[in-house]
This record gives sequence, structure tokens and C-alpha cells, in this order.
Amino acid sequence: MKNLKPRLVVFSCPWCCFQMADLSGATQLDYSPQVKINIVPCSGRVEIIDLMKTFESGADGVLVLGCLEDKCHHQNGSLTAKRRVSYIKGLLKDIGLGEKRLEMFMLSPSSGPKPEEIIGNMVEQVKGLGSSPIKVKRKT
Amino acid sequence: MIITKQKSLEEIRKMLAGYGKILILGCGTCATVCFAGGEREVAILASSLRMAEKINGKKKTFFEHTVKRQCDWEFLDEIAEKVKAADVVLSLSCGVGVQAIAERFPNSRVLPGIDTCFLGLTAEPGIWSERCDACGHCLVHETGGICPIARCAKGLFNGPCGGSVAGKCEISPDVPCAWQLIIDHLAALGQLDKLEVIQPPKDWRTSHSGGPRKIVSPVREESGEK
Repeated sequence: MKNLKPRLVVFSCPWCCFQMADLSGATQLDYSPQVKINIVPCSGRVEIIDLMKTFESGADGVLVLGCLEDKCHHQNGSLTAKRRVSYIKGLLKDIGLGEKRLEMFMLSPSSGPKPEEIIGNMVEQVKGLGSSPIKVKRKT
Repeated sequence: MIITKQKSLEEIRKMLAGYGKILILGCGTCATVCFAGGEREVAILASSLRMAEKINGKKKTFFEHTVKRQCDWEFLDEIAEKVKAADVVLSLSCGVGVQAIAERFPNSRVLPGIDTCFLGLTAEPGIWSERCDACGHCLVHETGGICPIARCAKGLFNGPCGGSVAGKCEISPDVPCAWQLIIDHLAALGQLDKLEVIQPPKDWRTSHSGGPRKIVSPVREESGEK
């Protein structure tokens, strides 16, 4: 599915990556306009139903970015998010969507992979999975 | 608290086969506390089912609602129209609530979306543990506040069996020996002399072994109301 432009939704806290606020503007980076970045106060703020509704609305993939486990700005928010993501991956498998459409990465703002690299890899991963079978037909 | 656990998505989908309009009904009391059937769980299950059915090419409509509790008629009467409008009600309540719906709306179909497991408490967030067997005649004042029926695998009334090892039950090293707990607690309370009293065989007629049970308030009896 080389020509597929997957609709990827990213939930990210601003602490794990200082540039997240800039990336959401997508002015300097070569992003597909179908990558939507949501800044949340903490990755732990993202509820199970938020991610489920995102898939239900037709997202091809969802990415959650949070702080490293022992460096969460809000103590254990990213750990909570990690557990929720793990649970939802199981749900997505049972539903038939596939667990690979949802991933979570824990980042450090000062080292390790950069968010644009992770987002780029996720776009490629979702391209390989193809369009979501839940796709909602958009009004033209 | 009645401890419940949601059925698997696979089992629920099998039960829903053939139905088009489904009301997923949550319960705002015990099922909410166990993360099995509260408003949040109703929303997550509805979303999961919508996606699963769409992927499988099935056309089903899911309605979501949660009542304070499903075991009181007054809360069920409030949703009478919603129940009648659906082909089936998927109840996320304990067995009591599921049956209450069946009884209150005899012309409606109702399915159990969760399994009723035991009477217990929240030992830690996300961990629920059995504490009561609903035997109908509580004697925990004799055993330091710890029930030997619900917490002892053999339901022994007069001390531990020979299988207790290092304070753990012989059925599993994860299960504490109830009688070790009782002895430790009575010792802490300075009431070890209670163990010198031999408990007679229990009268099980007050438990479910005596058949389905019913309690009538003495106040109601005196007033002669029916």
C-alpha cells in the first residue's frame, strides 16, 4: 500500500519532547497533513475510551508518546498510559483491527530517538497494515 | 460488594448474534467499582462491539445507558422505554440485576455481559478478594473478624488442617491460610481463649444450601402491608 496516506493520530505530552508544540504546527517538517498531533498535559490523561473513539472514527493508527517511566513529569502518568495501551492492544486484536495499529513510546527530551523519527516509522508501519477497515467515509 | 468480571468479547458477540438493536446497560454500584460494568466500561464495550461488527460486515446498533443500580425496580422503571425499544438488553450487572430486568420486563430479552464471581472487597486498586460466603449466620466475632467459610478452602471451623505451611494454604502459596490469619489476629487482640471453644456443626439451612432465601422486614409485617 505504497500510495496510502494513513491517518495517524498522535497523543503526546509536552514534557517528553520540547518540540512537540512546534511539531503540532508542522511548519518545518515534511509531514503528511494526515498526521494529527494532540498535546495532552500528560500521557496518563489519555483514557481508554479516547483511544477507542479515535479508532472508531476511522484512524489508521494511533501513537502515544510519554515520558520515560521514572521521569514522568506527573510521577506515574506515563506508566498508567503504558498499561492502558497494553490493554487496548489486546482489545484491538479481539476486535480484528490488529494490535500493531497502536503503539506507545517513552521519550527523553534530551536523548534517544527523536519524535519525528518515531512518527515517521509509525506512518510506515501503518502503511504496511493498510487502511483501517473502520474507515468513515468523509464528506467531499 | 458483589465482585464481577466482564465476559470476553468473543462470548458476548456470540450471544448477540441475531440481534440488531442492543441496549448495553451498565450498573453504577458494585459493577462500577470492579471496573466490570460501569459507565466507562459500557462506553468501551460499545465502541469495541461497533468496530468488531463493522469489520465483520454486520449491521447492529448499540445504545448505551447506565443506571444507579439494576437491582431496584425504581431505577429500572426509569428506562422502560429504552428497554422496549431494543431487541435485547446486554446487562453489565451482577446476576441479580440481569434477573431483575428479566422479571420487570418479561417481554424483553436480556443477556448477561458479566460473570458474578463472589462477595468481596478491593484489597488493592485493581485487585478484588473474596471475603464472605453469605451463609446467613455470621460468626466472625468468634474468629477475630475473619470468616473461616469464605477464606478457608476447606471451610473449617475449629482450627487449621495439617496442610498449612508457613502461613499459606496448601491449595496455593498465594492463598494465606485463613486459620493462620485468625490465630494471629486473635493473638493481637488478646483473645486466643476463643479458640478453646469448640464450634458445633454449622446449621447450613440459613445458607443457599437451604434453598432460595428471602427476608421480610419486621416493620412491614407489623403494618400488614402487602
